[in-house]
Amino acid sequence: MRIFRLSLLGLLRDWRAGELRVLGLALVIAVASTTAVGFFTDRVGLLMGRQASALLGADLAVVSSDPISPGFAGNARGLGLKIAETVTFPSVVLAGSKTELLEVKSVSAGYPLRGMLRVAQLPYGKELATRTIPAPGTVWLGPRALTRLGLRIGDKIKLGSSLLTVAEVLAYEPDRGGDLFGIAPRLLMNLQDMPATALIGPGSRVTYRLLIAGPAPALAKFRQWIDRRLEPGERLEDIHDARPQLREALDRAQKFLGLAALVSVLLAGVAIATATRRYAARHLDGTAVMRCLGATQRYVVWLHVLQMLWLGLVASLAGCAVGYFAQQVLVYLLSGLVAAPLPPPSGFPVVSGLLTGLVALLGFALPPVLRLKDVTPARVLRRDLGQLPARTWMVYAAALAVATALMLWQTRDVGLTAYLLSATSLTLAGLSAVAYALVRLLRLLRAHSGVAWRLGLAGIARRAGTSVVQMVAFGIGIMLLLLLSLVRGDLLNEWERSLPPGAPNQFVINVQPEQVAPLRRFFFANGLKDVDLYPMVRGRLLAINHRPVDASSYSDIRARHLVEREFNLSWTVRPQPDNRIVAGQWWTAAQYGKPLASVEQGLAKTLRIKLGDTLEYRIADRDLSVRVVNLRKVEWDSFRVNFFVVTPPGLLNGYPATYITSFHLAADRHGLLQKLMQRFPNITIIDVQTVMAQVRSIMHRVNLSLEYVFLFTLLAGLTVLYAALQATQDERTHEVAVMRALGATTRQLTLSLAVEFTAIGLIAGLLAALGATVSGYLLARHLFHLHYHVDPRLWLAGLIGGGAGVGTFGVWGTRFVLARPPLQTLREFS
Amino acid sequence: MYMVQAQKLSKRVASPEGTLTLLDAVDLEVVAGEACAIVGASGSGKSTLLGLLAGLDAPSSGRVLLDGVDLGTLDEDGRARLRAGRVGFVFQSFQLLPSLTALENVMLPLELTGRTAPGRTAREVLARVGLADRLRHYPSQLSGGEQQRVAIARAFASSPKILFADEPTGNLDQATGERVIDLIFSLNRERATTILLVTHDEAVAAHCHRRLHLAAGRLRDDSGPGADRQLDLPGAAGENI
Repeated sequence: MRIFRLSLLGLLRDWRAGELRVLGLALVIAVASTTAVGFFTDRVGLLMGRQASALLGADLAVVSSDPISPGFAGNARGLGLKIAETVTFPSVVLAGSKTELLEVKSVSAGYPLRGMLRVAQLPYGKELATRTIPAPGTVWLGPRALTRLGLRIGDKIKLGSSLLTVAEVLAYEPDRGGDLFGIAPRLLMNLQDMPATALIGPGSRVTYRLLIAGPAPALAKFRQWIDRRLEPGERLEDIHDARPQLREALDRAQKFLGLAALVSVLLAGVAIATATRRYAARHLDGTAVMRCLGATQRYVVWLHVLQMLWLGLVASLAGCAVGYFAQQVLVYLLSGLVAAPLPPPSGFPVVSGLLTGLVALLGFALPPVLRLKDVTPARVLRRDLGQLPARTWMVYAAALAVATALMLWQTRDVGLTAYLLSATSLTLAGLSAVAYALVRLLRLLRAHSGVAWRLGLAGIARRAGTSVVQMVAFGIGIMLLLLLSLVRGDLLNEWERSLPPGAPNQFVINVQPEQVAPLRRFFFANGLKDVDLYPMVRGRLLAINHRPVDASSYSDIRARHLVEREFNLSWTVRPQPDNRIVAGQWWTAAQYGKPLASVEQGLAKTLRIKLGDTLEYRIADRDLSVRVVNLRKVEWDSFRVNFFVVTPPGLLNGYPATYITSFHLAADRHGLLQKLMQRFPNITIIDVQTVMAQVRSIMHRVNLSLEYVFLFTLLAGLTVLYAALQATQDERTHEVAVMRALGATTRQLTLSLAVEFTAIGLIAGLLAALGATVSGYLLARHLFHLHYHVDPRLWLAGLIGGGAGVGTFGVWGTRFVLARPPLQTLREFS
Repeated sequence: MYMVQAQKLSKRVASPEGTLTLLDAVDLEVVAGEACAIVGASGSGKSTLLGLLAGLDAPSSGRVLLDGVDLGTLDEDGRARLRAGRVGFVFQSFQLLPSLTALENVMLPLELTGRTAPGRTAREVLARVGLADRLRHYPSQLSGGEQQRVAIARAFASSPKILFADEPTGNLDQATGERVIDLIFSLNRERATTILLVTHDEAVAAHCHRRLHLAAGRLRDDSGPGADRQLDLPGAAGENI
């Protein structure tokens, strides 16, 4: 027990001496960054778990893209279950001269069966929970829809063929939208008003839901009854598999933000390792005396390990507290993407934060501390004895082990961890090599510079090791921020530039067959000469080569989504001009009407479809079998209408079809959309610009949150600098004292410090810009297939940010060095 | 013409046992061109006195005039400016900057005062102390004697009016120490530099015109009655305490 007391006393003494501050600070930052992410994802996870039934709006739901057979509802009622129906689809709404694409949900009385709607009188105004639904003839509009259309309560909107009155602001609906990122403006209406709008025809993009709620036994009975009666395309959702996309999005966010936070942990680890080396060096004498007085090696080791453990516990708890507050900012940044108010977090992030803190501390601090056991007691007599040589391999091995463990924990994926580790090591090695080369280059500058410059540059060269570590640590922090801010914007702009001018920017869907001819005439009359309309028949893929397709047989998430949804099939005489046949032959006139198919090569790859395979579809109660005769490569970027699967003309004639088209509308001709809407109220117009703006806005928010997490990385970079400053403080104090004795003024000394730190910062900025440019280039060429232009702002921002940031902080951090009388220092160093 | 003048110079420091008086109202006058040794036992406050005279620390009370300027009226920077170009130092532990080469170390005081062609001057002085072939070496690559010779070159490079030397042979073996002392005094003769030297080595002190003994914070003139006359300078009368 005495060892506990002694270790606590030692901790207090060292803390007062200021020796443990860097260690503590680095730990707080590491733990804060992971727990901030941890608390946030924990709260979203809890929201999904606890309110799963509210998120579904029911206990159970039958979901389909076709009307659900009335028998289901009848049976549920018979079992004493409550039911409600919803029909969801996108539609354009007209209000005065403004149009807006909204996510429309029409609901029956009783909706939602679980959870409650909330309404307000003003957009973002005070919210009130309600048990009612919009009365017939009225709609409730989401705040975004309301502001974008410039509407107030009491105003009228045109939806399809109906004129409806805005009655409330829809603040919250439990089963909102398909996924986490569903931020499309919303409209809620009464199901009774649906037929009058004439918006829903065959082939429309509609989701029907039958919501069911009630006591568990009745629910179980209903499940049993319906299990064998579900048609392909109908599926049962319950609270456990509610919102798989949301779960997936959360899972991704957790991994991504978690890995981002891990960068800070590893950088903080560098600071911890630097600080512990100094800690161990300063404890050499005390340890030697203790050994002299009879302390065993075991005792010495335990004493220091216990001291580290106390520190780790206290600092990690403080980190958790900081993380909790930091998390609120994350919630704010991502607000709107998560629909409901978040519940308070569980204790789990605290546990994982403490674990992360202790693992990082022990992994990075233990090797130098363990060396203390090798101190020879003879050091008491001769101080030059027992300068422990740093066993660098041990430090690296421990650091690698910690990094691997934390990454594995974060990703739970061995392959990804191995990939990340090797990518990180490569990046680190590359940046270190460049940094080292630049440090060598600085020597050339020394011969041709003034005294302050020479002293500053000489400092970097003399402390080459620590200098390189600082450069790389800061370089990585700055690089990540550059990648997120500038490179991301550059890539997006580059992609938009790469679109051909005059690429279609409007899509029109839900065109009924009898509207095709009038619509063509409308376009022609309005100067849009070559607008083609394409037929579209919705079918579900049942089997490939007679083997039934099942979502669970694909591990790829995209493949699962594709199989679960309905396909849009089309027919055409010629392939689209931007299509290229990569395998097989296009059909001849003699093959019209034959059961053949042309498949997009990406889809073929995802679903493992080969040339000659047979695909079986169910289209409106009829089964159709087609043979794949060619594979096509499609330029999706062209924004033309394209289909995954196309058949020869004549084959799909008897099936219900809608038509789709895309066209380019000059910015000054948006009035035409209104005319179009008035002439054809049932069609849906999708403005690419608006969709792009939404995508940009989501990306912006996600990006902000990542940038925020990477701020911790920059902070961790600062602690590396702080630790390095502490480690070199004695050296610097000495230099300053000698310079003072020789007659150097404060100005000259400050200048030399400024030169040293600014140069370190400039090189860090250079590394960052270099890393960001190379990453940007690799992303552009290999992932997005774009040309990448070197952005001079990247280099400017890196150099200015690095130089000014590190320069300022370095000079500020060494200001105490200048304040000491030189005699005191010189005597200590004699 | 006094190069250094100390009047009622005291230095007291706080210690757990109360205030400790290191120097107690010390008076001292050193004329230009004089070589003066301060001897005394270890811990007698010799180095503290030297530091105060050179303006490396501030006294608790009393006054120091260096080259006629009252150090008490100057701040840290003012004292540094006064030293630059006028004062040279040789320390027991050499105090070379480890990050700079021998040449760069010697160039430092020249550059601090903005002299022209500091490189050429530094090379000449290094050649004078016999280190022409060690210009690009770092202190860690030089022996103790060589390091002290670099320090001497640095001290004399800016042709200072006064050289403060604190146990210049303290860390050297006897033979090396003798060579270093020879070097200091031959440079002193060539350039007519005033020397104020702290040592516990009587043989080193014997090279000086005058020998002062520091004990219990007080200074006593040890030199024989003829010592002052050797210099033949007015106003160099011994300050008997």
